[in-house]
Amino acid sequence: MSLTLLILIPLLTALSVLFCKGLKQVRTVSLIGTTLQLFFSLIILFAYWKERAAGNSSQFLFESDYSWFEPLHIHYHIGIDGISLSMILLTAFVVIAGVLVSWTQEVLNKEFFFLLLFLSAGAYGYFISLDLFTLFFFLELAVIPKFMLIGIWGSGKKEYSAMKLALMLMAGSALVFVGLLGLYFNTNLNGAHSFDLIRISQMHIDTSVQNVFFPFAFIGFGIFSALFPFHTWVPDGHSSAPTAASMFLAGISMKLGGYGCLRVATYLMPDAAHHYSPVIVLLSTIAIIYGAFVTMMQKDLKYINAYSSVSHCGFVLLGIGMLTQTSINGAVLQMVSHGLMTALFFAVIGMIYSRTHTRLTKQLGGLLKVLPFISTVFVIAGLCSLGLPGFSGFVAEVTVFVGSWENPDLWYRLATILACASIVVTAVYILRAAGTAVMGPITNNHYNHITDAAWNERLAAGILITGIVVIGVAPFWLFHLINPGTEYIIQHLGKALALK
Amino acid sequence: MNMGIDFLILMKQEWAVIIILFILLFIKVSSKDQANEYILKLVNILLLLNVIAGFFGLKDGVLFNEMFKTNHLIVTEKNILSLGTYIIALQSYPWLKNNKHILEFYILLLTTLLGMFFMISAGNLLMFYLGLELSSIPLAALANFDLEKRKSSEAAFKFIISSAFSSGLLLLGISLVYGTTGTLTLSALSDHLYGSPLQIFAFILLISGFGFKISAVPFHLWTADVYEGSPVTVTSYLSVISKGSVIFVFMTVLYTAFKSYIITWYNILFVLSVLTMVVGNLFAIRQNNIKRFLAFSSIAQVGFILIGITGSSQAGSASVVYFVLIYTFSNLGAFGVVGLVSAISGRENIDDYKAFYKTNPVLSWVLAISLFSLAGIPPTAGFFGKFFLLMAGAGQGNYILITIAALNMVVSLYYYLKVVKAIFMDPNENPVKKLIVTPSPKLALFICVTGIVLTGIISYVYEYIYSMSIGI
Repeated sequence: MSLTLLILIPLLTALSVLFCKGLKQVRTVSLIGTTLQLFFSLIILFAYWKERAAGNSSQFLFESDYSWFEPLHIHYHIGIDGISLSMILLTAFVVIAGVLVSWTQEVLNKEFFFLLLFLSAGAYGYFISLDLFTLFFFLELAVIPKFMLIGIWGSGKKEYSAMKLALMLMAGSALVFVGLLGLYFNTNLNGAHSFDLIRISQMHIDTSVQNVFFPFAFIGFGIFSALFPFHTWVPDGHSSAPTAASMFLAGISMKLGGYGCLRVATYLMPDAAHHYSPVIVLLSTIAIIYGAFVTMMQKDLKYINAYSSVSHCGFVLLGIGMLTQTSINGAVLQMVSHGLMTALFFAVIGMIYSRTHTRLTKQLGGLLKVLPFISTVFVIAGLCSLGLPGFSGFVAEVTVFVGSWENPDLWYRLATILACASIVVTAVYILRAAGTAVMGPITNNHYNHITDAAWNERLAAGILITGIVVIGVAPFWLFHLINPGTEYIIQHLGKALALK
Repeated sequence: MNMGIDFLILMKQEWAVIIILFILLFIKVSSKDQANEYILKLVNILLLLNVIAGFFGLKDGVLFNEMFKTNHLIVTEKNILSLGTYIIALQSYPWLKNNKHILEFYILLLTTLLGMFFMISAGNLLMFYLGLELSSIPLAALANFDLEKRKSSEAAFKFIISSAFSSGLLLLGISLVYGTTGTLTLSALSDHLYGSPLQIFAFILLISGFGFKISAVPFHLWTADVYEGSPVTVTSYLSVISKGSVIFVFMTVLYTAFKSYIITWYNILFVLSVLTMVVGNLFAIRQNNIKRFLAFSSIAQVGFILIGITGSSQAGSASVVYFVLIYTFSNLGAFGVVGLVSAISGRENIDDYKAFYKTNPVLSWVLAISLFSLAGIPPTAGFFGKFFLLMAGAGQGNYILITIAALNMVVSLYYYLKVVKAIFMDPNENPVKKLIVTPSPKLALFICVTGIVLTGIISYVYEYIYSMSIGI
């Protein structure tokens, strides 16, 4: 099982898009490539299950390790565990849906699909990297395509948003960079240094060193994941981006941050994770509550979803900051769930906008009568967002809350209660948005002449809803996928606590 | 020892350049009216042969009582410079096609290259000074090559004044070094330097002189004016080849002669690099002329190179040479497009590049990729270059410097993206017309883009340079 294919398939698809002529060829090639990728991800999933069933209990499967920059001990080292596998599946789902909703992207279509596929290649590479250099390479790879996608095809104050996003993410990766170098030079393998994630995790790095470099790594990755107060790129970036880019940004790109916080910062620097845990919990609780309240004030559907993403990604960081196994499982579940849900949300907002040419809730109304399919999808996405049982959002959020409650500290419990309470606020803004936009009388006569979703939009929504419902109804398979991965992290954190 | 053959082989790159120079002189003297096209093609072929020949017959050794030394790393450094000169020669094709003084141009250009070769190979401070002067005086004539432009003569004048001044500083420093130690041989100097006040003073003078040549802040003030006034080809030559060669020598001098002063020069370089990055970046943000913009961006790049020099390990010197190679590709890629636009349409402002993508999609991507490489964005080679420079610097354990540098990369991304934004996103009623690119600049841009894409991902290049590098 060669995981490198995960990078090569989207990359080759992106390159072959450049040789296509016209939108029809471009989108067909893109769809074929992303479908292949989806199948390949599923094949990996089954192969993973098979290996595990056969009793293979090593931490990472399908590893391959090639020397890249030999003198500096940089390797191209890849492999997956359950956590990265669930992220890969998420990416495959979101990207194929992204291609489908951009089906009628006429303007500069070649460049658009090229950048989108290139971006996805970066995300796959990031999730399979087991070498910190490779990981950083793929993290930064994703910044510029986002800038181009928002700046060229976006709407509103697109140049400003694109620049803000690129600079804030770049600042994040600059901090990550310092953190990684700090780790590198404090490893000692027979006198040499290493970027290898597994090797670093096996050696003990001085607590004082960890305490210096943990904030760099955590804040750096945190910026990608809308860590308060570095979340300001999220609303601007998401609302200016074209639909597929918004889906990618909120669905996958923000997960790069959460994954890095977990895999690099927390896993490799467990002492410091204990040390800084109160700060993380504080900041993420603020993000959850602040995000929820700010969302209430929004009138633009994209802004509503963008700020609610700040709030929802707060759950991811809260789960990581609580440092219990259940809470970290919940954080990963939330990453997958939020990725699917928010991609669906942005997709459906894009569908509504392309028909009504407005995203303001006030100007919409009665859409259920004219756009039954799209409106239903909108309501489903909303219900998933507010955590209705049966959808993935419920599973993820409940796991985070239960896990957080396991942490016996009084202040942590207070944070958990506050975070729980934010669900009520979520319900308020989701139900209000759904109520004004979808229900009620038709506010604009022009809406009587619009048509419901085309086949490609139905397919895109169908794919994402399938993911949401499957996780919502039968979460156990995903849970069992993630659990062995988090176990290693918890063992590490436990060791760190014991050493204290 | 077979002196005669050694003499030929060790100095092979110098001989190659001298032979080309003589061929050109011969053509100049022998015929009155030459066909420009043929001469340009001939020069390009000769320079290509020069690059290829550089890779054969590598040998270490010294000549003339350590006046001239060479080793694998020095040969590689010279190869990088030859390659850069070849790319520049290809790029100057449309600009020189109708120029009357085409032979003089190449004779001057190759004389400076010869000077740089001697300078890099210098095993003695006197030899270094000789090479430096041989390379900088013809450069002033080159800067004035747009004979009818006033700005061009102004640039040349500024260049000759500042270069004479910095040469003066260097010469005073060298003479003080000689006065206190009694030798000028680099390898012998380190035993005689023990930190007396006069020696420290000489050392400061030397650092200032080098600072002028590589335009580190606060010695950078001449750079932007000279870059703006000179023809684009000369600007790219100044910013890449001339600067790169001095950086190589600077590193060798610090690593061999002044290795006992490492703490002193580490702190000096720390301050210089922070100043250079910050000032270069802040000024680059405000520029509207694209040549001035590239001038300040190249000042900021020097700040990063200085961090690599502070690494003072094998990885440090490898990363500097590697970065100069990548910087050659990236900067020449950017200057190549700028030169084409300026030669054909005469427009040099960033605003003129608005909606450039609509009319010239391929050139837009070339420029964008070069700028991304300068900004250090993966998967371009610039990412690897910057990463390894900062990594070498971090080896010293000074994370404050690394954090400042990393944040400066964010600032630099801002202004590079501003140009990208102008090209791809801004509307413009009167964009630059579709440019018809002749084969030879096309080849130059192709080499640059290939270099940018491959030198990073293919780790062989770095490993090759690393295997020859020497730290302290």
